[in-house]
Amino acid sequence: MSGQRKGNLQKALNVFGPFIGLIFVIAIFALIPEIQDRFLRVGNFKSVATQSVIVALGALGMTLVVISGGIDLSAASNIALASVISAYAINAGAPPVAGVALGILVGGMVGFFNGSLITKLRLVPFIITMSMMGIARGAAKWIAGNQKIDAPMTWVNEMMAKSPRPSWLLMAPGIWIVIAFAVVMAVVLRRTVFGRHVFAVGSNESAARLCGIRTDRAKILIYTISGLFCGLAGVMEFSRLTVGDPTVAVGLELDIIAAVVIGGGSLNGGEGSILGSMIGVLIMSFLRNGCTMMGWPNYIQEIIIGVIIIVAVSLDHLRHHKEA
Amino acid sequence: MTDNSAAPVLRMAQVSKTYGATRALDDVTLEVRRGEVHALLGENGAGKSTMMKILSGAVAPDSGRMFLEGRPYAPVNPLDGLRRGISMIYQELNLAPHLTVEENIMLGRELQALGWLDRRAMKARVREVLASVHHSEISPEALVGKLSVGAKQIVEIARALLNKSRIVVMDEPTSSLSDEDSARLFEIIRGLKAQDVSVVYISHFLEEVQKVADTYTVLRDGRNVGSGTMDGSSLEDIIQLMVGQKFTEMFPRVPHEKGAVAVSLKELKGVRMASAVSLSVAKGEILGIAGLVGSGRTEMLRTMFGLDALESGGLVVSGAATAKAAPWTRIKQGFGLLSEDRQGEGLALPMSVADNVTLSANAPYLRHGLLSLARQQKAAADWIARLNIKARSPLQKVQGLSGGNQQKVALARLLHQKAEVLLLDEPTRGIDVVSKAQIYEWMGELARQGKAVLFVSSYLPELIGVCDRIAVFYRGGLVDVRDAARWDAQSLMAAATVGRAPGV
Repeated sequence: MSGQRKGNLQKALNVFGPFIGLIFVIAIFALIPEIQDRFLRVGNFKSVATQSVIVALGALGMTLVVISGGIDLSAASNIALASVISAYAINAGAPPVAGVALGILVGGMVGFFNGSLITKLRLVPFIITMSMMGIARGAAKWIAGNQKIDAPMTWVNEMMAKSPRPSWLLMAPGIWIVIAFAVVMAVVLRRTVFGRHVFAVGSNESAARLCGIRTDRAKILIYTISGLFCGLAGVMEFSRLTVGDPTVAVGLELDIIAAVVIGGGSLNGGEGSILGSMIGVLIMSFLRNGCTMMGWPNYIQEIIIGVIIIVAVSLDHLRHHKEA
Repeated sequence: MTDNSAAPVLRMAQVSKTYGATRALDDVTLEVRRGEVHALLGENGAGKSTMMKILSGAVAPDSGRMFLEGRPYAPVNPLDGLRRGISMIYQELNLAPHLTVEENIMLGRELQALGWLDRRAMKARVREVLASVHHSEISPEALVGKLSVGAKQIVEIARALLNKSRIVVMDEPTSSLSDEDSARLFEIIRGLKAQDVSVVYISHFLEEVQKVADTYTVLRDGRNVGSGTMDGSSLEDIIQLMVGQKFTEMFPRVPHEKGAVAVSLKELKGVRMASAVSLSVAKGEILGIAGLVGSGRTEMLRTMFGLDALESGGLVVSGAATAKAAPWTRIKQGFGLLSEDRQGEGLALPMSVADNVTLSANAPYLRHGLLSLARQQKAAADWIARLNIKARSPLQKVQGLSGGNQQKVALARLLHQKAEVLLLDEPTRGIDVVSKAQIYEWMGELARQGKAVLFVSSYLPELIGVCDRIAVFYRGGLVDVRDAARWDAQSLMAAATVGRAPGV
């Protein structure tokens, strides 16, 4: 009986661990008198959420990849490529819907190549996706002729607007898209056979194969989904910048991975959650936001985020150690 | 107590250790004399491992004292224990596969000259120590990852010997060794005794213990329930001490009847098999597969299941010929494989009991494409009860279970997926006597239900005790198949070690 209760407590801690971290970060800035007013404003929360959209979309796919025991270093390049593709298509006169679809599709294709190469060549994801990082970035620059692509303003550019056009939306459409997909992916991970297979591949790939799981197919699907989310993130990047910029989001893949890890994802595979990753994204966004308000230089933010990752992962490690 | 009046080289007195709510060791006393082989016996979870962890210095006891050659001994960590002359050889080999034999043996004790590694001196030391265990054929330059399991075991032992140990602890040293390698190990143990080194020997193979040990101590539920000399005790006495009750039947038999042919192998040859094999197994039959490690038994099962690529030939499954197939196709055809590598391949250790049991057949829990977690857990709870698995709940992670219970979870997965042809590779390796008997009983029950069971084992008595027919592999090929009644331990051993057996 007490074992059961302890189990529930453990479970609650697992879910709320990152959440407590988020509240802690918000509370710290909320207690600093100089920025208290500005920081706690609803408008500020909205803008933090809007700034989180791109990393959050990347993290949705990355969570699957990390749980399966892999890594996707090409995420940020893929985002840049998709933003360029969307801009290029719309600039060339394609209807906005087609531009958006094309961006997402190209992102998915890059992911599909990642998954196929990893499974067919039997190479580690780090190597393949690191190579793809260069390939996708290069392709983006090539297509864009090594400069920004201007595109006419369309509804696409309102996806990231802080004050959305139909005002009853309250928040940028991009935020709603993230929330919707987060719910879908959480259900997929926890309640579908595919989700179960993602965990199984990350926990023990040989055991998964022994259980009749088509591990190669699962992995290709995982990287394709990650690519599709990067494509969508790229569209959001284009929406925000109103141009297709092949040099955007350099290094963003590390922010995405950091968010997943802060949220309880294990690079050894088998662990992670959508909710955790989303909280990880918010922790990083609020930190950046608060630091900027304090007028702290960029390097301070970088140091703080580095420290936060170490603290989050050690706490996680400690908790697991206790459990075992 | 023993008739040896010499003072013990090691005395662990009134040692207790509690983990959370579990009392792992309760006031246990253990005495080991100089130059003796002392068997530490008990079921899984009896406290043997905790006892040895305390001895090595990996774990500190809550209370109790230890004396080494009369002097107080309280190691703060394993290195400390090593320095005082206690070496551990674990069941899972602790070797670095990418390093050479020499580098592994000298690891942490590298010889230096003027700050540079003195390779020549180290190689000489390694050659010396390998020669002392009569294994000079192992090259110091060989990569450990490329050695056979038996040779790796020798490297582990060599490392322990280099340490000038007073006491060598061997935890299930033969569980992955062939009989030939085991015999060599016993030779080495006799050599250690001659050098006045004491050995604490942990094993589930009681016959082997009887051969190699001088004295024994039995632990049950964290208590010392008896010690004695091997000469003065029968196996039955020891088993009874271990299980705490009168142990009625080592090999419980469930009557079953042989039916139509379930699967036949037609000149089946996988890429890792030395030669093609033709064999068939019927519904309601337990077919034993004997042979040394590396004789091709495991490779045959893996080829049948599609885990190893097929080179030629094929399988006839309930009348229909099938050639190449992947594991998921074989599962659909009713096959289920229990891996010999329980932790590395058989189970997803970080996942729950419920997930592991249902992993290969999720379909019954799907409602509109979504898994019903409640139903899944209920089904798992059902299997936990049926196989008498000691787990706190279906949500407990498999890594927290004992070896015997982990194996039952792996077996439950095959039963849950309703496998009709069960390929069981060393299903009783490293698990306790009671769990073993339960698994034998389940195999009989499966045969009674008309399922075909292939049972690979290195332990001949269990093959003879459980199987209807036994096939023997030797050097990659099938040499003989007979009814179990027409085999005995000698003829099986002869077939497995020289490739032919006298007719019975």
